[in-house]
This record gives sequence, C-alpha cells and structure tokens, in this order.
Amino acid sequence: MMAYFQGLFGESWPLVWTLVKIVVLTLPIMGTVAYLTLAERKVIGYIQVRIGPNRVGPRGLLQPIADAVKILLKEIIIPSSANKFLFILAPVLAIAPALVAWAVVPFSPELVLSNIDAGLLFILAATSMGVYGVIVAGWASNSKYAFLGAIRSSAQIVSYEIAMGFALVGVLMVSHSLNLGEIVKGQAGGGFWNWYFIPLFPLFLVYLISGVAETNRAPFDVAEGETEIVAGFHVEYSGMTFSVFYLAEYANMILVSALCALMFLGGWLPPFNFAPFTWIPGFLWLLLKIAFILFLFLWFRATFPRYRYDQIMRLGWKVFIPVTLVWIVVVGAWMQTPLWLW
Amino acid sequence: MKWLKDFFRTFLLVELVQGMVLTGRYLFARKITVQFPEEKTPQSNRFRGLHALRRYPNGEERCIACKLCEAVCPALAITIESEQREDGTRRTTRYDIDLSKCIFCGFCEESCPVDSIVETRILEYHAEKRSELLYTKQMLLAIGDKHESQIAADRAQDARYR
Repeated sequence: MMAYFQGLFGESWPLVWTLVKIVVLTLPIMGTVAYLTLAERKVIGYIQVRIGPNRVGPRGLLQPIADAVKILLKEIIIPSSANKFLFILAPVLAIAPALVAWAVVPFSPELVLSNIDAGLLFILAATSMGVYGVIVAGWASNSKYAFLGAIRSSAQIVSYEIAMGFALVGVLMVSHSLNLGEIVKGQAGGGFWNWYFIPLFPLFLVYLISGVAETNRAPFDVAEGETEIVAGFHVEYSGMTFSVFYLAEYANMILVSALCALMFLGGWLPPFNFAPFTWIPGFLWLLLKIAFILFLFLWFRATFPRYRYDQIMRLGWKVFIPVTLVWIVVVGAWMQTPLWLW
Repeated sequence: MKWLKDFFRTFLLVELVQGMVLTGRYLFARKITVQFPEEKTPQSNRFRGLHALRRYPNGEERCIACKLCEAVCPALAITIESEQREDGTRRTTRYDIDLSKCIFCGFCEESCPVDSIVETRILEYHAEKRSELLYTKQMLLAIGDKHESQIAADRAQDARYR
C-alpha cells in the first residue's frame, strides 16, 4: 500500500506524506474545537442549572455543525476605512500559531509529527506569534473600540507570556531537556507521584492560570468583556473571519491544556504503573488529561467574575513573575540535595 | 499571625477552590429549565391572554353594546359601533380590538356587566403583519365559541372570590 503510493508520487512522496500527516493532525483538532464549544455551552449551562443546547440532533450533538453552517453562510463585512489586506490576514495570523505548535506535541512515545530537540522553545516561539493576529486585527479594523481591545488583550498576552515562560524554565530544569517527548519520559517510573506537578506545584498553578490569561478566557477576558467593550479586537469581524478568531481561541485553549498535560501531568503516562491502568493506551491517558484541564477552563469561566484590568496586570507582574523566580531558585537548590526524588 | 494565615489562604487559592466547589455542586443539581413546546408552566385561571366574545347557551351573543369596556380601556384599543335590532334589543355591529394597542390589563373583562368580553388562557398566537393583530367581532366570537368550555370553567372557578 505505502509502496504503491510511493511509486505513484515518486520524488514528491515525502512532501505528500507530510501533508497527509498534517491533515490527519489538524482535522481532529478542528473537530475538537467545534465540540469544545458545545461542551462549554453544556457545562456552563449545567452549572447555571440550565440544560444548554439540546434541539439540534440528539441532546444537541449537532449544534456545532449548525453553528458552523450558519456562520459560513454569513456575509463578511469589511469596514470601508479598514486596511483590507491586513484585515483578512489577521485571523490567519491568529490561527496559524495555534495549529503550528501541534507539530511538536507528542501523543505517545512514537506518535509525533516532528520530534525536534528544542520542541519547548519552538512552542514558545510559535505561540508568541499569536499576539500579532490580535494587534493586526485591532489596527486594521480602523476602529477605536477594536484598537482599544487589541491594546488591552495584547498587553495582557505579552505580560502573561513572561510568567508562562518562567514556569517552563522550571520544567526544563528538572527534565534536563527541551524535547517534549523527553520531558514526558523524565516523569516515567512510578505513578502520578513522579509527575512534575508535585515538585513544581507553584509553577504548575502559575502555568495553568497564565494559560487562562494567555487565551483571553474568563476571568481574564477583559479583551472581550461583554459588559465593557463588547468584543474587543474583533468587533468589526463577521462571518468566516470572525469564526477563525473563534477557532483560534479554542485551538489555543486545547494547546495550552495539552502542554500542561505533557509537562506537569505526565503526558501519556498512566497515574499508576500496574494492571488496570496500564491496559489503557497512553494516547487515551493524554486525551483524558487534556479533557480534564479543558473542563477546568470551562469551570473557571462559570465560577469567577472578571478581573479588573489593573488587577490582571498586578497579578501578572507582581505575583506570578516573583513566584516563578523564587520557585526556580528553590528547585535549583533542591535539586542539589539528596532530598530531590524526581 | 493573621497575616501569615491570610498569606497562605491567598497562595493556596482557598477561596477560589471554595467557589469552584460551590459551582461544581450546581453542575449536578436538578435542572429547572422548562422545555417550552413540550412542557408548560402552570397557568392561573385568571390568566389574561387573547380576548374572546362569549355567547349565551341559546346562541345569542352576550354583548349588549353598553360600551363600558370601550370607555374603560386605558389603551383605547376597543372600537364599538351599535344599532337597534328589530326585536328592540341593542347589539354591536362592530367590535374591534387592536391587539397591538392592548396592554392586557383585563379592565374590559372587569367592566363587562354580562361577562361577554373575556380574556382567555391563549398566549401562543402570532401575526406576521400589523393588520393581522386587529381582531374583529367575528374573530373574537369564533375564539369564544371554540374555547367556551375552558372559559366557563375558569369563570366558575373564580366566581366564589368575586
């Protein structure tokens, strides 16, 4: 079978094969994004003692498809004074990093699109690009509200990226590697007590909360606070261009959850290294952990009121960055003692 | 010592976890949504919905064109014209209610000396044009004829409180 296709495409086979792998990776992510929106509406509905969408298909399961069809058929309105090229480019800039980063995410010891050594660095670099989508969108709209929203959300993303980066420094200190596969393998051995979230607990929390802030989710959603500035940087977007921003937000959520699962919660490793737990394939364990963290995202949104903007900045600069710096020093010292068990 | 306690409460996110426990408990609470077309909330027998004109059991319309409802209507939604019939009784030739003006206060029903104009329990009606909300005498009588048993039952239930 493989040989047949190899012969069919000849020289261009490696290119075609890589493209196939990219499609196989991207389509499930897009599907997950679609169903994450449904899960969000359902979970928040249940927490608010409502039922949530239940009219399209059995138990509302076809709701994301109905939403997608609806939004695809909508008109894309480009404001007359907007910069047309950048206006269309911005959503692409927003979603591309969220998908590119998946290239280095390992789903099991072997299952990874490109197993590069500096995977962690690649992810930091790629996800940092996402903020350009926000800035360009706000600027190209040529609207004061969009611009205000863009400034707010880009300042927030940039601030929390620092705390997030420092949290990852802790991970690479204890794992001695920038390769995500190696980081997960470093957590192998016993069970969940070998995972990094125990020695790096403060960094784990900082990473998780920064992840929420980084993706502009509640309670850090001042960028699109409904009660303040409606939609933030994407007020002028409609139809497909808007939905690409929407996809990017949810794809980023999944990515942050996946990274959190890989770096702190032992990736594909089972929580106990004996019989019933080892039967479940590692791929499923990873998915379960990602789903759990995504559920936390939704739970946060249903629970916490929105932060004020200065509180967000204070939390990022005056709490998270000092906490991460202190804990990096503590971990560094701890690793030199015989008390270090990881 | 208080500052130390507060410090740990803040850093261990105690209050945030408490909040999440509360919302987490509501995740499993019984849902109170009423799924409208299939399920309906209970209605009072005094419910003030769509209007109807009633008839006596012998088929004669109750309305005697006294125009009290027209006079009492705070929204000026009722228009009545009357004439004297050959048998000497006074009856309406026109009885219009403009539902786009009506505020469903129920004063017409209260003022009616012969229980002719009533408000029924019907609330699921619609119009696609403004003119479709102008209900004429024939339409109101038809509603009354259709739902007479329900209307009579509601009035009988309420009679002892009047």
